[in-house]
Amino acid sequence: MTKVSMTVNGKAVARDVEARRMLVDYLRQDLDLTGTHVGCDTSQCGACVVHVNGKAVKACTMLAAEAEGAKVTTIEGMASSDDDLHRLQVAFNDHHGLQCGFCTPGMIMSAAALLSENPTPSEAEIRHYLEGNICRCTGYHNIVKAVLAASGQDSAALAAE
Amino acid sequence: MYNFEFVRPSSVADAVAALADEDAMALGGGQTLLPTMKARLAAPTKLVSLSGIDGLSYVKTGGDSVEIGGATVHADVAAEVADAFPALAALVARIGDPAVRNRGTIGGSVANNDPAACYPAAVLATGGTIVTDKREIAAEDFFQGMFATALEAGEIITAVRFPVPQAAHYEKFAQPASRFPLVGIFVARFASGVRVAVTGASESGVFRWTEAETALSSDFSADVVEGLTPSADGLIGDLHGTPTYRANMIRVMTARAVAAAG
Repeated sequence: MTKVSMTVNGKAVARDVEARRMLVDYLRQDLDLTGTHVGCDTSQCGACVVHVNGKAVKACTMLAAEAEGAKVTTIEGMASSDDDLHRLQVAFNDHHGLQCGFCTPGMIMSAAALLSENPTPSEAEIRHYLEGNICRCTGYHNIVKAVLAASGQDSAALAAE
Repeated sequence: MYNFEFVRPSSVADAVAALADEDAMALGGGQTLLPTMKARLAAPTKLVSLSGIDGLSYVKTGGDSVEIGGATVHADVAAEVADAFPALAALVARIGDPAVRNRGTIGGSVANNDPAACYPAAVLATGGTIVTDKREIAAEDFFQGMFATALEAGEIITAVRFPVPQAAHYEKFAQPASRFPLVGIFVARFASGVRVAVTGASESGVFRWTEAETALSSDFSADVVEGLTPSADGLIGDLHGTPTYRANMIRVMTARAVAAAG
């Protein structure tokens, strides 16, 4: 067992885990932060996206030990309270950016990384950036709309498909 | 995956020492190795992470070459070579997806030599150099077939150096599920001639299409490529495409790359 310490959503944490512990399992099973999902477990679907030192990563394809000393943000760290959701969470709600919701934590985390790099992305830039996040319900249209809205742009201009 | 010992040395020398164990493997960003271990296609007893080594993540531009530290992640390369070598930046910006690009490293990609990886095409087409902890290896000698390289056991890629061409372009026909190239073509035009590297297509990994190089060196135009017929011998045939299909794609994508390189 190896002691792995990091800061998750602003709190210092440490757990003894096996070297093979993936970051996503460290979050879900050791810290009970089950908002981060495991979809494909092969780094294709993006349901497990979290931020490590401010960068979006697929937590199913990073060892917990590789995040030693890192600052990690998960979906649980996005809203300051149940009444004060992150602007992306509000926009996904307003624009029906989810149906079953399974991919949503990863979508929000990827979209948040996009907006921190590019505060007003175009529709094409949003679609390109979310290439590694798969949604099997929505057809993506309302997700793109929600990200446009969250970035303060006119989402009504997005043509209906 | 099976459990293993994990170490994260802070120097190249310590990493080399840790890799001396039989069945030890170097871990770059893990974007290929970790899924491979989950599938139990690899089962190292020890992983030696290269992410804790100072001075292994950098991009140096200047003169007519670009040098990239072995542990530099794709996202950083894409951002930092945008001015010095835009064709390389464009290639890197389409590897995997943003989250994969935040973890995957140039050294890891080149060392793995996946027959459908993007980086090897750029290294081979530019006549790049792979720098390791003990020597420098020319691209021609480095890539030795599918997943095979000149690296010895425990040898670490510390940097990759690219001569910057006068004009270049990477044209990738992405397999939509994996985002790997079904066929990817890197065309590089130097004062000394044109080089064309093909990835994704061959059972033997990345290779140079010498017939196109000869034709393009005397007339750098897409029309010249349209008249060539790449051989389907030794090309990959799978559910995504037959060898004949891939041979045709080599011609089509090379013509597009030449047109885009200008």
